[in-house]
Amino acid sequence: MTVQTEAAQAPDLLYTETEEDLRSAVRSLLADRADAPTVIAGIESDTPYDLRLWESLAAGIGAAGLLVPEKLGGQGATHREVAVVLEELGRSVAPAPYLTSAVVATEILLALGAGGGPAAGLLSELASGSKVAVLALPFSASPADAAAAMTGTLERTVSGVAEAAAADVLLVPTADGLYAVETGGDGVAVQPLVALDLTRPLATVTLDGASGTLLADAGPATEAVGRGLLAGAGLLASEQLGVAEWCLTETVRHTRERHQFNRPVGSFQSLKHRMAQLWLEVVSARAAARNAADALATGSPDTPLAVAVAQAYCSEAAVRAAEECVQLHGGIGMTWEHPAHLYLKRAKADSIAYGTAGRHREAVAALVELPAP
Amino acid sequence: MSAAVDAAQVRRLTQELLAAHPPATTDRADFLRARFDAGLAWVHYPVGLGGLDAPRSLQPVVDAELAAAAAPDNDPRRIGIGLGMAAPTILGYGTEEQKQRFLRPLWTGDEVWCQLFSEPGAGSDLAALGTRAVKDGDSWVVDGQKVWTSSAHVARWAILIARTDPDVPKHRGISYFICDMTDPGVEVRPLRQITGEAEFNEVFLTGVRIPDSRRLGPVGDGWKVAQTTLMNERVSIGGARIPREGGMIGTVTKTWRERPELRTHDLHQRLLTLWVEAEVARLTGERLRQQLVAGQPGPEGSGMKLAFARLNQEISGLEVELLGDEGLLYGDWTMRRPELVDFTGRDAGYRYLRSKGNSIEGGTSEVLLNIVAERVLGLPVEPRNDKDVAWKDLAR
Ligand SMILES: Cc1cc2nc3c(=O)[nH]c(=O)nc-3n(C[C@H](O)[C@H](O)[C@H](O)COP(=O)(O)OP(=O)(O)OC[C@H]3O[C@@H](n4cnc5c(N)ncnc54)[C@H](O)[C@@H]3O)c2cc1C
Repeated sequence: MTVQTEAAQAPDLLYTETEEDLRSAVRSLLADRADAPTVIAGIESDTPYDLRLWESLAAGIGAAGLLVPEKLGGQGATHREVAVVLEELGRSVAPAPYLTSAVVATEILLALGAGGGPAAGLLSELASGSKVAVLALPFSASPADAAAAMTGTLERTVSGVAEAAAADVLLVPTADGLYAVETGGDGVAVQPLVALDLTRPLATVTLDGASGTLLADAGPATEAVGRGLLAGAGLLASEQLGVAEWCLTETVRHTRERHQFNRPVGSFQSLKHRMAQLWLEVVSARAAARNAADALATGSPDTPLAVAVAQAYCSEAAVRAAEECVQLHGGIGMTWEHPAHLYLKRAKADSIAYGTAGRHREAVAALVELPAP
Repeated sequence: MSAAVDAAQVRRLTQELLAAHPPATTDRADFLRARFDAGLAWVHYPVGLGGLDAPRSLQPVVDAELAAAAAPDNDPRRIGIGLGMAAPTILGYGTEEQKQRFLRPLWTGDEVWCQLFSEPGAGSDLAALGTRAVKDGDSWVVDGQKVWTSSAHVARWAILIARTDPDVPKHRGISYFICDMTDPGVEVRPLRQITGEAEFNEVFLTGVRIPDSRRLGPVGDGWKVAQTTLMNERVSIGGARIPREGGMIGTVTKTWRERPELRTHDLHQRLLTLWVEAEVARLTGERLRQQLVAGQPGPEGSGMKLAFARLNQEISGLEVELLGDEGLLYGDWTMRRPELVDFTGRDAGYRYLRSKGNSIEGGTSEVLLNIVAERVLGLPVEPRNDKDVAWKDLAR
């Protein structure tokens, strides 16, 4: 029986003062450099990523190296702090390769036991934000796909790789193990795709005669990729929480100000109840996301379940909040100039990223022994 | 002394209580009275009233020590109304004499309480109530009818709200009393409910005389006092820690694991969705508890009742379907008058039917959603047409 009646140590579901300080720093940076008009202007230009924003976030605040130990050039913090950064990035939908590079790629390198060697070097570069690395798998790959991903050779085409356009290095899983491939090298092509989520670009990566550095053999690499995807899925829940929070806050604000029938539309009960329901879902999503972040941070044996629960819940909560946001804004919610659509696109894309809610419920079924017929 | 109380001291007092009254050899009621007198009933209450003037966050220390020693508890489910609603109201508004008289037997369960609030014409719109209390010398004479009163058949005392001034707007003419359920003129009739049982009652009040010394709070200020009661009613689900798969989801998962022949793909999908939601509700409750302990109470409490009502209903509905042919049966329709509501140890049909009350009792889900929308989210209140009208002139 894997169902634990009470985890050995109860998870800490609150925020510490340090975490709140980090939140303020990230929030004010994003308010300054990545307000909605700036983000919309950015996605319409040829340069989706604002490199100065990334520099301030990654190096200035030190957010890119939160998971990395100090001796490797990082901050030696935990997934709990990273989760707070992701909540804020979700609230602003600023294009920044944070989840893919500072979380998934970083976590993979950390899991390889970066005791010197090429992985350690790369890890320091990721921690300082001077380089961006992404895992060359489709963004939809779930933690359960890690083993299956370790196949083939360096010759390949991978579709739907998130933030490949911003990457300096690709982490490529093959049958031999995990390779690091420079995107600037010969035989590497990164072809942008037209993505549903405008604020998180996707690309097709083609490797044809590319060379790479072997970081680890297949055995340890499989485990590391699995750990990276698990951390990605678990912390994506915090980004989804941020998206849902923004949607609720803005919807409440808008419906309080918008008058129809000689009263604020937010005074109509059918709307009030829908927003109250969303509030309950946001409050619940926060508990689920915090639980996953805390489990990852403490290395709790409960982590796979905490992550699966958080993903199964938060994906749907974020999508519902974004859909309600568009609907309750009325016509303005359907316009390009209002940012609501950015959040809907992010929420819907996130609901597929690192495994759909359904995939995560399958994981729950296996973990708590509730088998299908 | 208040600031000086710390965890070590509370632990020491608990150990002293256990040493002086070993649970194995002490009568249950005696142990509970001793615990109250030691200030370990609710540590945040004043000294002499079952508490130590200590931070609320120290109560878990006491509870853990006592649980480890297998000490008897005061059966909070049976005395939920007294503990959750009457006690905080008496503490907040009672006279010294009232506190001394009522809190101890309330906490030990020697005296059970009920809540005479709802009336046939005043449920969600509780302030519209029509039960009259007329001053006669040192007493009030009460006439009216209350309804859906849980536990009235076992209660010794009741918290009661009644109209003392019909000529002012409804919220302003209400006063709050403690009613002796054994007094002449109090008649309790079972009200059979959806499950076949009569867990609640109709209560008829005919010329009931309540001494003025059993009024709580000023005359005409009863609505304000009632707010304390209602607020505590909705928050009283906090505190308790539920283990994973505690609550109703546990009964369904048990059946699912033990009886593979009942499984279908459709039920599997729904079960997993509800499992995740139940786990998230548990975590949300845990987060609320941690906020309370850290002294930063959040508004999550009002959400928890909404969440549990819906989950209980959906899970118990799924359970009936999962059982198939057995789901077509019902345990027992005999009219009984139970002393407490107990979802466990009953069949799925009972759980399905009884859980329908979860979104009605203690404020309907619709009313709670209004409260969240207005008080948490700050959305505009509904336009009202009853605020400046004397109660006697309201449409009914
Ligand atoms: C099992 C059980 C035990 C109970 N125990 C007690 C007890 O011990 N003591 C006691 O005093 N009472 C008790 N009650 C009564 C309970 O508090 C009331 O039933 C409840 O407050 C709702 O009032 P009502 O039944 O008059 O419904 P109504 O107020 O008539 O509501 C009817 C419907 O209208 C909706 N509605 C009403 N007002 C609004 C609004 N403003 N906006 C939107 N929708 C609205 C309601 O949500 C509901 O769906 C109990 C009820 C139950 C079911």
